Amino acid sequence: MCGIVGLFIKDPALRPRLGSMLGGMLEIMTDRGPDSAGFAVYSGDAEHIFKVTVRGKDLESLSGALSKALKTSVEAVARDTHMVLSFPESMADKVREWLATRRSDVAVIGGGRRIELYKEVGLPADVIRRFGLEHMSGTHGIGHTRMATESAVTTAGAHPFSAGADQCLVHNGSLSNHRSVRRHLEREGLSFTTDNDSEVAAGYVTWRMREGDNLGAALESSLGTLDGFYTFVVGTETGFAVLRDPIACKPAVMAETDQYVAFGTEYRALSGLPGVEKARIFEPEPARVYAWEHH
Amino acid sequence: MPVVDLSKSAIRDLNRLLHSLTATTNETSWTVQNPAGQHSIAVGVDAPIEIEIEGHVGYYCAGMNKHAEITINGNAGVGLAENMMSGVVRVKGDASQAAGATGQGGLLVIEGNASARCGISMKGIDIVVKGSIGSMSAFMAQAGSLVVLGDAGEALGDSIYEARLFVRGKVTSLGADCEEKTIGDEERTILAAVLERAGVDVPTDGFRLYGSARRLYHFHIDNAY
Repeated sequence: MCGIVGLFIKDPALRPRLGSMLGGMLEIMTDRGPDSAGFAVYSGDAEHIFKVTVRGKDLESLSGALSKALKTSVEAVARDTHMVLSFPESMADKVREWLATRRSDVAVIGGGRRIELYKEVGLPADVIRRFGLEHMSGTHGIGHTRMATESAVTTAGAHPFSAGADQCLVHNGSLSNHRSVRRHLEREGLSFTTDNDSEVAAGYVTWRMREGDNLGAALESSLGTLDGFYTFVVGTETGFAVLRDPIACKPAVMAETDQYVAFGTEYRALSGLPGVEKARIFEPEPARVYAWEHH
Repeated sequence: MPVVDLSKSAIRDLNRLLHSLTATTNETSWTVQNPAGQHSIAVGVDAPIEIEIEGHVGYYCAGMNKHAEITINGNAGVGLAENMMSGVVRVKGDASQAAGATGQGGLLVIEGNASARCGISMKGIDIVVKGSIGSMSAFMAQAGSLVVLGDAGEALGDSIYEARLFVRGKVTSLGADCEEKTIGDEERTILAAVLERAGVDVPTDGFRLYGSARRLYHFHIDNAY
């Protein structure tokens, strides 16, 4: 099982409601994934600022220590077990290196110019409340409710998975060749933190884009490499893309209005959105990449 | 004229009410409001009643229907009218995957498009789709007629036993052991009757008929893996 939701706001007036709309969609998908939940929200567009989302304990001292060690300004926003650190873009590599060496107890779960990423074990309603999703604003976001099949129920095993800057992926399904794809990607220099099949899919898309593919081409390429059942929703700095496996094994439905494009594993997830009664409702076709982007 | 508002009542309560009806009930006209894509609405009805559903429904709506006429004023999710025995189910919008799956009788009318695997393993149900159908439709179909005014996706009628597939538009590809057949008077009469029951007024001329080549009926060593 698992439930996926995605929301791409077209009408800027709705941006302040991104979190409340996405949260409503996510909570309805509890039946499909009650063991953990997660979401990525894309917001802010401050020039030359990089954001990293971390998870762990004793995060209060983190920004101070980081700022002092690297002699740079660091802003921190704490949300439950997570913290978003914002700092000048030029410091991104140094911050990652410092976190890896000085605070290896802290998990870096995503980073980029616009992405913030939160995930935890527990009922989606609790996860949404703990992180305050309903108050978040942004241009687009994706979310996932998990019913684990391929690896343990842990926070690290929850979705979304992020393998590259401003990229993340949520997955409904299960991959059968993720071990061999993982070995290939490890030889290409990627590293993985869990045994999860979906993390391999995220890594694969990131690797293809690193090799020069655009998002559409990277997803097309995954059709030939990833074996199994999947519906993917992939978030990027400017939008999101959807791909279903060639036999459309996992459900997916979309709604488009002048104000937004919404994705749900089931129509139920979309039923509370404003104006959905008049939306164009359709199912993405198998093996076809759909993408929406802000320009 | 009972009205059930699913924003206030649970699906189980609705279905329990519907299951309690007998063949001679006087409560023959029901309205269901605010379905909001919920699953298993009006499943297992066994009484000659009419049910109007005002909005989009989720999975398995009108499954196992017997005798009832169920109309959905919206779209339907996976497994619409699966294993229907008799009666009529009509959806005004689109239907998701596996509409009419394993249906043994009755009539399913989809006024919009149907997704993949429409009429999979159909066993006597008649299905009329005004729009197009997705891939792998009528997979292992055994009996009944599938009538499509639009196009059919890949692998139509794969591993079909016996069923009549009438398609007016183009067929992307035929599945294993499915072939085009000549439409004779008997088939034309059957097609006209199904269209009439569905209230679809189009000439029977524009349709092509597909059915079983019957080459998979007996074991053949070349078909073994």
